[in-house]
Amino acid sequence: MEYIVLAVNAILVKNILLAQYLGNCPFMGVSKKTDTAAGMGMAVIFVMTFATFITWFVHHYFLVAFEIEYLQTIVFILVIASLVQLIEMFLKKSVPALYRSLGIFLPLITTNCAILGVAVLVITKDFSFIQSILYALFSGIGYALALVIFASIRERFEISHIPAAFRDTSIALITAGIIAMAFYGFKGLDTSLKSILLK
Amino acid sequence: MKKSIAQEFFKGFWEVLPPFRLVLGLCPTLAITTLAENGMGMGIATTFVLFFSNIIIASLKNIIPKKVRIASYIVIIATFVVIVELVMKAYFFPISQKLGLFIPLIVVNCIILGRAEAFASKNSVIRSAADGLGVGLGFTMSLVLISSLRELLGRGTVFGVGVMWSGFEPFGFMVEAPGAFVCLGMILALINLVPKKA
Repeated sequence: MEYIVLAVNAILVKNILLAQYLGNCPFMGVSKKTDTAAGMGMAVIFVMTFATFITWFVHHYFLVAFEIEYLQTIVFILVIASLVQLIEMFLKKSVPALYRSLGIFLPLITTNCAILGVAVLVITKDFSFIQSILYALFSGIGYALALVIFASIRERFEISHIPAAFRDTSIALITAGIIAMAFYGFKGLDTSLKSILLK
Repeated sequence: MKKSIAQEFFKGFWEVLPPFRLVLGLCPTLAITTLAENGMGMGIATTFVLFFSNIIIASLKNIIPKKVRIASYIVIIATFVVIVELVMKAYFFPISQKLGLFIPLIVVNCIILGRAEAFASKNSVIRSAADGLGVGLGFTMSLVLISSLRELLGRGTVFGVGVMWSGFEPFGFMVEAPGAFVCLGMILALINLVPKKA
């Protein structure tokens, strides 16, 4: 039950993109077509879960053990960067079909702040291992959801008449604001759900 | 035609002004600009990292092998971010609490990696220092502008000082997530009205 609340919270109420503002650069960059957005979304779900899995262990069994928590930032980004590289090489050799669909998005992911953001967040929130993995998975799903919704709206810009000054990023940001407003409507859903489910 | 050092410095204020001319580094721009003070703090922290990482990268550009350059840049940037993180925790505790997660996230701020790749890896140390400082201060300026506007409309204050008339009803929308996106989009459109070659 607790995990259902966590899922609703991570996907809808505190959507990583629209309510916590993480990972906005690729959000603007790859959201011009629905297919690319879906590809990027899948890559984010995959890498985010895997990266959080590794960084959770690194933090609890390496950084804490040697009392060097202040090096968290530098260690995490290195772990994520090398992990992304490893996943890329592994997919290229073993699962070429998946590599073809995710391939081009993988290098971009290293600088997606949502990945590092979630890895750091689960540490600051002091989540248990299961909670961390699920939180990362659901955040990834939330990211993919927002990205696909946004891309499908943005595709329509091609055929609509937009004033010159607003073209491209400007109108995209305003659209994102309106989607964020829609997601804002989910606020409070987690607390009411909690009171129903956890009683 | 090579630009003078001063031109390299001043281009950060208009020609490649982040995040408007150079649409990078959106996450901090959207997330922490609820208070003018936060925007200022974030801008200065980013400027520090950008300035020093540009200097180091420009001076090591002949030693770093091409194939692992991105990873090397990230390590250099991360080192300065850790310095900023520790200094802020030690001397500017309240603001470091407010910026929270977004201080470690300076590492993945694409402005810094973008300048490293596009500028510092090809230019001399002095030029890169001027570029880093200029772009950093330009970013600080933009952040202060956005955050002052959001604070003014969302709370009726700027830098914590009340400036609106007494009956002013602040609209909370501006300090929430949707307001951030809409506000940035509007400013971007206004800036687009100005022709690129002024």
